[in-house]
Amino acid sequence: MTSGLSTGAAYAPGRTLPLRVEIVRQLKRRRTLVMFGLLLALPWILVVAFSLGPAPAQQNSLRLSDLATQGGLNFAAFTLSVSASLLLVVAVALFCGDTVASEASWSSLRYLLAAPVPRDRLLRQKLVVALGFSATAVIVLPLMALLAGTVTFGWNDVRLPGTGEVIGASAVLPRFGIVIGYALVSQLVVAALAFLLSVSTDSPLGAVGGAVGLVIVSNILQAVEALGVVREFLPTFWSTAWLDALVPELDWSGMTKGAALSVTYASILIAVAFRRFRRKDVVS
Amino acid sequence: MKVRGRRPVALIVVALLALGAVVWAAWPSPPPVRAIDQMIPVVDGPADDQRVTLDTTFFPPAGGGKAPAVLLAHGFGGSKQSVRDQAERLAQAGYAVLTWSARGFGASTGQIALNSPDYEVKDVKQLIDWVARRPEVLLDAAGDPRLGVAGGSYGGAITLMAAAYDGRIDAIVPQITWYDLADALFPGASGEGPEKGVFKRMWAGLFFSRAVDSPLAPGAGAQGLLAGSSGPGSAGSSGQSSGGRNATGSTGPVAGAQEVQCGRFLPAICQMYQQVAETGRATPAAVETLRRSSPISVPGKIRVPALLIQGEYDSLFPLAHADANAKAIAATGAPVEVAWFAGGHDGGDGEPDWVADRTIGWFDHWLKKDGGSLGDAFTVTRDGGRDPGTRRPVLVHAGTGSYPGLSGTARTSVPLAGPDQQVASPPGGSPASISTVPGMGSLLSGLGGGGLAIDMPGQAAAFESAPLSAPLEVTGTPVVDVRVHGEGEVTLFAKLYDVGGQLPALPQGLVAPFRVTATQAGTTVSVTLPAIDHRFDAGHRLRLVLSTTDMGYASPAAPAVHRVGLASPALTVPTDPSLRAAGPGLSWWTWALPLAAVVVAAALLLLGRARRADVPDPELAEVPLRITGLTKRYRDGELAVDGLSFQVDKGRVLGLLGPNGAGKTTTMRMMMGLIHPDAGEIRIFGHRVTPGAPVLSRLGSFVEGPGFLPHLSGRENLELYWRATGRPKGDAHLEEALEIAGLGAALERAVRTYSQGMRQRLAIAQAMLGLPDLLVLDEPTNGLDPPQIAEMRRVLIRYAAAGRTVIVSSHMLAEVEQTCDHVVVMHRGRLVTTGPVSDLLVGAAPSNGSKGRLEDVFLDLIGDKA
Repeated sequence: MTSGLSTGAAYAPGRTLPLRVEIVRQLKRRRTLVMFGLLLALPWILVVAFSLGPAPAQQNSLRLSDLATQGGLNFAAFTLSVSASLLLVVAVALFCGDTVASEASWSSLRYLLAAPVPRDRLLRQKLVVALGFSATAVIVLPLMALLAGTVTFGWNDVRLPGTGEVIGASAVLPRFGIVIGYALVSQLVVAALAFLLSVSTDSPLGAVGGAVGLVIVSNILQAVEALGVVREFLPTFWSTAWLDALVPELDWSGMTKGAALSVTYASILIAVAFRRFRRKDVVS
Repeated sequence: MKVRGRRPVALIVVALLALGAVVWAAWPSPPPVRAIDQMIPVVDGPADDQRVTLDTTFFPPAGGGKAPAVLLAHGFGGSKQSVRDQAERLAQAGYAVLTWSARGFGASTGQIALNSPDYEVKDVKQLIDWVARRPEVLLDAAGDPRLGVAGGSYGGAITLMAAAYDGRIDAIVPQITWYDLADALFPGASGEGPEKGVFKRMWAGLFFSRAVDSPLAPGAGAQGLLAGSSGPGSAGSSGQSSGGRNATGSTGPVAGAQEVQCGRFLPAICQMYQQVAETGRATPAAVETLRRSSPISVPGKIRVPALLIQGEYDSLFPLAHADANAKAIAATGAPVEVAWFAGGHDGGDGEPDWVADRTIGWFDHWLKKDGGSLGDAFTVTRDGGRDPGTRRPVLVHAGTGSYPGLSGTARTSVPLAGPDQQVASPPGGSPASISTVPGMGSLLSGLGGGGLAIDMPGQAAAFESAPLSAPLEVTGTPVVDVRVHGEGEVTLFAKLYDVGGQLPALPQGLVAPFRVTATQAGTTVSVTLPAIDHRFDAGHRLRLVLSTTDMGYASPAAPAVHRVGLASPALTVPTDPSLRAAGPGLSWWTWALPLAAVVVAAALLLLGRARRADVPDPELAEVPLRITGLTKRYRDGELAVDGLSFQVDKGRVLGLLGPNGAGKTTTMRMMMGLIHPDAGEIRIFGHRVTPGAPVLSRLGSFVEGPGFLPHLSGRENLELYWRATGRPKGDAHLEEALEIAGLGAALERAVRTYSQGMRQRLAIAQAMLGLPDLLVLDEPTNGLDPPQIAEMRRVLIRYAAAGRTVIVSSHMLAEVEQTCDHVVVMHRGRLVTTGPVSDLLVGAAPSNGSKGRLEDVFLDLIGDKA
């Protein structure tokens, strides 16, 4: 495609909008920094909350929240459980929903497209960076919780919620990897949804809020038992399936279904996003 | 092009929705079930001389034709109405179903004889005769229908008894019922028979009082108690059984002494009950009477395939009764399956759907002989943890290929420790420990399986194991040897607690009562604890408690103190490691959906991809811009640009003129590849403009205001923009562009702090980055002050003088007049005129000789066309 004669000198579509540039563009944003700051601070806030409050009266209680102070791994599992349903959803929706819509709202999108950054490439680069940010958010939170929990409560073996069985910390560490991995995959559907909305609207707030809102609607629908088996196909239905990685016998069934559903929704939503953007008249 | 492109997606969505709606509408709904009510007269009694009318309902098979028949019996205190839901379900599954109110219940006449072979069994035989005459019923031989019988509790017992006495029955599904009614009411965990058993007084009292018509609460309260949770609808729909009795008029307005005491029981049975309830001891005659109503009295006579469903939550007819039935039936060689489900007389989930499915599956196999596969020989409903999606408790069904009985396939010895302890029998047997409260089970079982077991201080001895190092799944009856020191006959209640949770839990609230004749030296007795299926988690302890009282049972009134201890310091618990809950298995969609989605995604991305090869027109290689027939229609149908054609030559400064809404900006957007023209094309240096076309790299643009990242400084914005173009840094000519912007120190501030004019200049600088061959500026002088406007004018003229081309749109005519050498005038999307400014001015020179102004020309032009 490139010919020095007829096009701009040294222009190559494959070199446009390098990832590094997109990362710098996004990373310097205040909302990015605030979100990461919040994710990094949350475990410490929880640590303070746990050490301020009285020790749980029921030492025998086997709820995840009561086991949080058992050790770093328990604490990290607890932190993930309280943040996965909303905080991480908001973070992922923010990174993926904001990315194109904010460019549109700043009007910088049209100059990028006229640079020209080919549309598919623009979306691809933005998606990669947004997913990278989202993944970082999902990974950084439990890791910081692990650090905070270990510093505060020690590196102890894990007491499993429900049964109270104790499993060696080293044996659980790979399980913890599964938990984080599943959390990543299950957020994919939120990411894809936010991304599609981001492509479809000029309002970053609309894209982020829309994605979070649809997640909330899905959560509400999930509570309607009359829906029966249909609920299994709601995107958020399996969002807590990672708890099955923290039972004595690792149960993959929920996580497999959740991952399958997440990948299904995500691939279609992202494909629709690309298709829409390709054909869209950029008027912002 | 845009509209055409979107249509397939919309069509697919609409097609899918329509398909879904059609499937929804056309999905075969279950055929309706008819119900025929009928009073059937029967003759029974030891001498076959008692006439009784049974109130029945017949449900022809929903599919029509001839079908196997199923007799569905109800529980104690119920009527044919109690099993209506189950009956409809069976009828829907293609069976001819007959339900009836047993003698003494509902609207049937007669008195309750406790499933006696002389009474109820004879009734059933005549019902079978009646069924055999129905045209809807498939016959094995004349008068011998293909027949299954099912029922729960009282109805389960008649199922078994009828199968023993009537050879025409081909398969049975008795649920939550007894093997030996005497043992159920007088259990003894030391295995010495009902005569030495402990009277289960609360259950027995409830059982016998259920046959008294209550004027206070017809159909209310404990109605469903003895019906048990044996299947769908049994708990809720037992309805008006008492009211039905009143309607028959056999009870006078004022009930006599016999009526209020015995209700609808046969007097002989009533007397037997009064005697045993008073003494708390089973007489041989009472045992004889109760056993005549029990499968224990018909050994070897039940020889049909039997699916025995017994409740884990059942202190009335515990699991051991199903075990005994299973062994007796299996001994005849008949196929037997046993299922312990989460139900029973004490409550539990009840699992109506599962019980119904299992029952229908059993009949499908043995009556329809459809070759369908059977369930596991032994199934246990267990707590399946939480559903991965809803996080709510779920039940799983663990199964194994053979029924292990109550002693399991393997036995584990759990060491117990504890010194001999003194226990007191309180005078009058009160206060009593609590294990299960009959009839309240369903309320208490909500408290986490363990119920609300309470032991009275001083009355209970406890022996504990060490914390378990691994989980222990007990399936069957644990056994322990205890030694009792004291005098005379001692009544004790053995329970096995699970200690380690929030409260010590008594699995399913079950207790094993036993009597032992104590001696000073100590009498050793082997105690069989209740059959349970329970998982003791790791870290939990097993605690054996021997108590002198239990609220549900009669205990001696005389005060006494005994010493109890372990005869051997271990508890033998049965396990069956082969019991495994079949994993739900991976649904087909777990792999099919993602694969399908990837295919759909690929199709979405690849289909309809407008891949028109860009064939550059070599003749136009030196023409910065040529527009031919360009048309763009807004969504509301209005033409924004209508057949626009013009050409711009190299080195020109072209003014694009037109009033607001003339289509100038739309045209510029199309030049940038931002919006798709509906018709026509734009060529820049011979290359067709499409979104992201490489030739756009020779275009610098500023359209409809600046677009910057507000959180970055002006310099960062320009630098990052240039890096985003992917071109070498040296090509940017950044400093020249910055000079034009003239922002000075503000360049290092965040753009959000800029004024409108500063942004404007920065945006023009950005457009000039890389010194593009074609520069397109939309209203570049907006927001600039006069000196800056003058400067901008010089910059543009200089820019074009270097052989590049500039297109400026504006409605400030004086500005255009001074800057541009050519103009294109647009109005309502159409080209009005084009040409050198000077020509236009000359052509429009007014007759009065003064010099023409572009403004006049312009107004003239659009006035003409308006």
